[in-house]
Amino acid sequence: MARMATNRRVAISTVGAWLAGFLIFFPILWMVLTSFKTELEAFAIPPSFLFFHWTTENYATVQERSDYIHHALNSIIIAGGSTLIALLIAIPAAWSMAFSPTKRTKDVLLWMLSTKMMPPVGVLVPIYLIWRDFGLLDSLTGLVIILCLGNLPIVIWMLFTYFKEIPKDILEAARMDGATIGRELIYVLTPMAIPGLASTLLLNLILAWNEAFWTLNLSTLNAAPLTVFIASYSSPEGLFWAKLSAASTLAIAPILVLGWFSQRQLVRGLTFGAVK
Amino acid sequence: MGQITLQDVQKSFGPVHIIKGANLDISDGSFVVFVGPSGCGKTTLLRLIAGLEDVTGGSILIDGKNVVDVPPAKRGLSMVFQSYALYPHMSVRGNIAFGLKMAGLPKAEINRKVEAAAATLNLTPYLDRKPRELSGGQRQRVAIGRAIVREPKAFLFDEPLSNLDAALRVQMRLEVTRLQKQLATTAIYVTHDQVEAMTMADKIVVLNAGRIEQYGTPLELYEKPANLFVAGFIGSPKMNFVNGAAAAKYGAATIGVRPEHLRIARDGEGWPGKIAVAEHLGSDTFLYVDAGALGTLTARHVGELDLSAGDDIVLSPDPSRIHRFDKDGNALRS
Ligand SMILES: Nc1ncnc2c1ncn2[C@@H]1O[C@H](COP(=O)(O)OP(=O)(O)OP(=O)(O)O)[C@@H](O)[C@H]1O
Ligand SMILES: [Mg+2]
Repeated sequence: MARMATNRRVAISTVGAWLAGFLIFFPILWMVLTSFKTELEAFAIPPSFLFFHWTTENYATVQERSDYIHHALNSIIIAGGSTLIALLIAIPAAWSMAFSPTKRTKDVLLWMLSTKMMPPVGVLVPIYLIWRDFGLLDSLTGLVIILCLGNLPIVIWMLFTYFKEIPKDILEAARMDGATIGRELIYVLTPMAIPGLASTLLLNLILAWNEAFWTLNLSTLNAAPLTVFIASYSSPEGLFWAKLSAASTLAIAPILVLGWFSQRQLVRGLTFGAVK
Repeated sequence: MGQITLQDVQKSFGPVHIIKGANLDISDGSFVVFVGPSGCGKTTLLRLIAGLEDVTGGSILIDGKNVVDVPPAKRGLSMVFQSYALYPHMSVRGNIAFGLKMAGLPKAEINRKVEAAAATLNLTPYLDRKPRELSGGQRQRVAIGRAIVREPKAFLFDEPLSNLDAALRVQMRLEVTRLQKQLATTAIYVTHDQVEAMTMADKIVVLNAGRIEQYGTPLELYEKPANLFVAGFIGSPKMNFVNGAAAAKYGAATIGVRPEHLRIARDGEGWPGKIAVAEHLGSDTFLYVDAGALGTLTARHVGELDLSAGDDIVLSPDPSRIHRFDKDGNALRS
């Protein structure tokens, strides 16, 4: 009897989990489906789920009207560059806070996080003016800098929580073995923190890939990443749902593939080092 | 060479004064053990010598050179940690070789040295395993291998055997002592196990609340403890202390008699008492005796004694083995 009750519970939670998963995934699925519809079918009411006239003409139009590869390359440079630079700054910062904390370390961490609580639009005007004066508007350098700075607090926080789990003894052993600080970081801390570094890197790549506020405001064409590419289909000639969906599908495809292959690392990253 | 001298070494963590002026002279090639109760500052003192903590005051000389401003990597010492602190991502070979790699030795020489160290420590079959695939005793040996391969000026050990089971501990104790004698390298060894201290040390440093209470050979500490603390700390079972009139008779505020220096008799001169507990180990007999105003006394007899709880006996101290202390607890020498 007990076994049957457990079986039923397992079945119910399995169905529940699939349902929740489907609900969360549904918007993405709908977007992909819509991208294969004609513009007319895209906002037909009632909407058709699978039985419509499948077409790839949206993709063709999108490709024709704007240069996907150009934007995708920009996205790669901006997301990759800002993430790598953020890691290079964050590793030593998190190392010093995790292994030689002072009385103020906790305050510094909180202060860094507090910068993320401020709505970015609050500093849009000053940043815009600074970027304009330094000639950084619509430049890859400018976007790499702003996204790197924006995500730095999160990167440092994540690395800090991972580093805290590494026994200090091992770093001290390296020091006794004659390793300088740089070599201690390269040969001992970094390899031990690989899982944490990998999930931080992935999560940050995704955040930077999808970042829309700064990329939309600080770039127009030259440096514009995929977010700008998507946005160009929601204005100004009116909404074209099917083409917008096709553009969005194209934009998220690379990151979706990346996420799929690194699920395990990502789960670790999203739980912020809470599970070992 | 590995001569280490401490001159008035002080350490505070914020407002808390942990090491209160340590002076010590450790000669080259000797095996020195720091003992003391938990929290007395043994680890802290060792880490100060290693350079893993900065001194608040005083100086540390290695071969006559003050090293207080020298980083740990440059002091030429090696350390074995209580937690072993092996590099988990490196094989045994990588762990042992790391220090040599940092020193920039050629590959062939590194390999030769690593293999020699592994052979000494019976680690050869495990060279390509990761630390997590080793037993506690094997990990301990890797940690020791990592320390010896660099031919340091001195070894620093922080309770290296405390995570091993009793039998393995005795075996490793012998191995460490033998290795140290063979290499003739200075060693500083922290433990709170006084049997380890007595058996391994050339000289023992007894620490208490951040002060060095006494520095001497194991037998000096046993025979001539400088004060009540050392007298009570060294020796097992613990020394008996007697105050009041019985002590005044010997011209002291307190006298101390070790359990093995109490003669046990059914009657006669001495301190009468009633046996509370009798422990028969075959090789030894331990008696815990309720001696009225003198309190509970412990007596040890080598061999078997036909006595049991409830028996009335008389304990008489061996007059030549009585330790006398003044009212501040310092030893009185006649
Ligand atoms: N980093 C630190 N900050 C503040 N206090 C510390 C620090 N390290 C040690 N202490 C304090 O210094 C004292 C001595 O510590 P230490 O670790 O040297 O003791 P120990 O003799 O090695 O003890 P045990 O036998 O338990 O290992 C303790 O009271 C401890 O609380
Ligand atoms: Mg300790």
